[in-house]
Amino acid sequence: MSGITQLLIIAISSALVSNVVLSQFLGICSFVGVSKKVETAAGMGGAVIFVITIACVVANLIYQLILYPLNLDYLRTIVFILVIAALVQIVEMFLHKCMVSLYNALGVFLPLITTNCAVLGVAITNVTNGYTGVFGFVESVVNGIGTAIGYTIAIVLLAGIRERIEGNDIPYSFQGSPIVLVTTGLMAIAFFGFSGLL
Amino acid sequence: MNKYLERIYNGLWKENPIFVQMLGLCPTLAVTTSAINGLGMGLSSTAVLIGANIVISALRHVIPDGVRLPAEIVVVASLVTVVDMLMEGFTPALYSSLGLYIPLIVVNCIILGRAEAYAMKNSVLLSACDGIGMGLGFTVALVLIGSFRELLGAGTIFDITVTPSFYTPMSLFILAPGAFFVLAMLTALQNRLKMPCATNGSVPEEERVGCAGDCASCAGHDKVMAEKEGK
Repeated sequence: MSGITQLLIIAISSALVSNVVLSQFLGICSFVGVSKKVETAAGMGGAVIFVITIACVVANLIYQLILYPLNLDYLRTIVFILVIAALVQIVEMFLHKCMVSLYNALGVFLPLITTNCAVLGVAITNVTNGYTGVFGFVESVVNGIGTAIGYTIAIVLLAGIRERIEGNDIPYSFQGSPIVLVTTGLMAIAFFGFSGLL
Repeated sequence: MNKYLERIYNGLWKENPIFVQMLGLCPTLAVTTSAINGLGMGLSSTAVLIGANIVISALRHVIPDGVRLPAEIVVVASLVTVVDMLMEGFTPALYSSLGLYIPLIVVNCIILGRAEAYAMKNSVLLSACDGIGMGLGFTVALVLIGSFRELLGAGTIFDITVTPSFYTPMSLFILAPGAFFVLAMLTALQNRLKMPCATNGSVPEEERVGCAGDCASCAGHDKVMAEKEGK
């Protein structure tokens, strides 16, 4: 199989078929918490794309250049979580100083992402999928971007639905989180349709 | 009641991490496809929780306040690595069915939440009991949700067939959407019965732990909006 096809399959599978929120249950907290309005949901999605892409690049470089050659494979959980936490801090400071307009758009979301399990999840999946070598580096970045785009699609869709639900007459028991979870469940069923793509 | 037993009762019932505090939703939804998976995840998290509480409580006078969180994360991540390797060696079948969610115990907010809210302030023995209580509460909740989904989705509990032969299992319940529906039913029931639960606002602000004790609003929309408008 040619390289491009391989990358396309990785991108589609991570964004739609095995969507990070709807079929892997990663990043549920922010998914439910920041999805009341489309505008904030889109901002969160943008910040997640940004952080996951950078995290994938850094995590893959660290794994391939340091951990793997030195046989320190088992340290990856510790190293990745610390690197991601530090990375988000650095990105926030960098944006604050150098790219003020981007910071205004994404800045408030960055601290939320440190604890987002989707970031650590992608970094670990990239290792367990065995993406190695130069092509593996590209594969892991594509997987990261795909996952983050999948997260953005899901959270923006949910926010759109929630804006519409807002004015409806919901039974008392289902007000608040239950109705959001039911909506998410229905979205998860809809996303099953994508499994025919591959 | 003895204060050590009180910690265990507190974790199991009064402040149950899943049913009352609604913490750690990712593993709750992901691994409860069967009772045995829930049990495996619950016990491995319990091991990490007890270990983390003991180590962090023992080091609470040594860790400088400024690097408190990174230090806690390193302790938790080391313990998770140990559990990960032990499970890979001794329970390979469970290890492969839990997969990615074992290393992700690191970001389970119950563990960091207990370290922050309890182990940093209390003695080693009390923290250990707190870890046992919270861990058991988490395990019991995962096994209950897992059994419920397995019963509806496959007609079995712990792989033993319990439903009569005319029952057709609704396999939706062991798939991803079923997880969301079961959790929705659970929270709706808590709303209905006005039971204490972080997501319906019946747990007072000051009694919440870690990330405010409310997964649904810990990455809070309102907080983000307030900050954005404040700028």
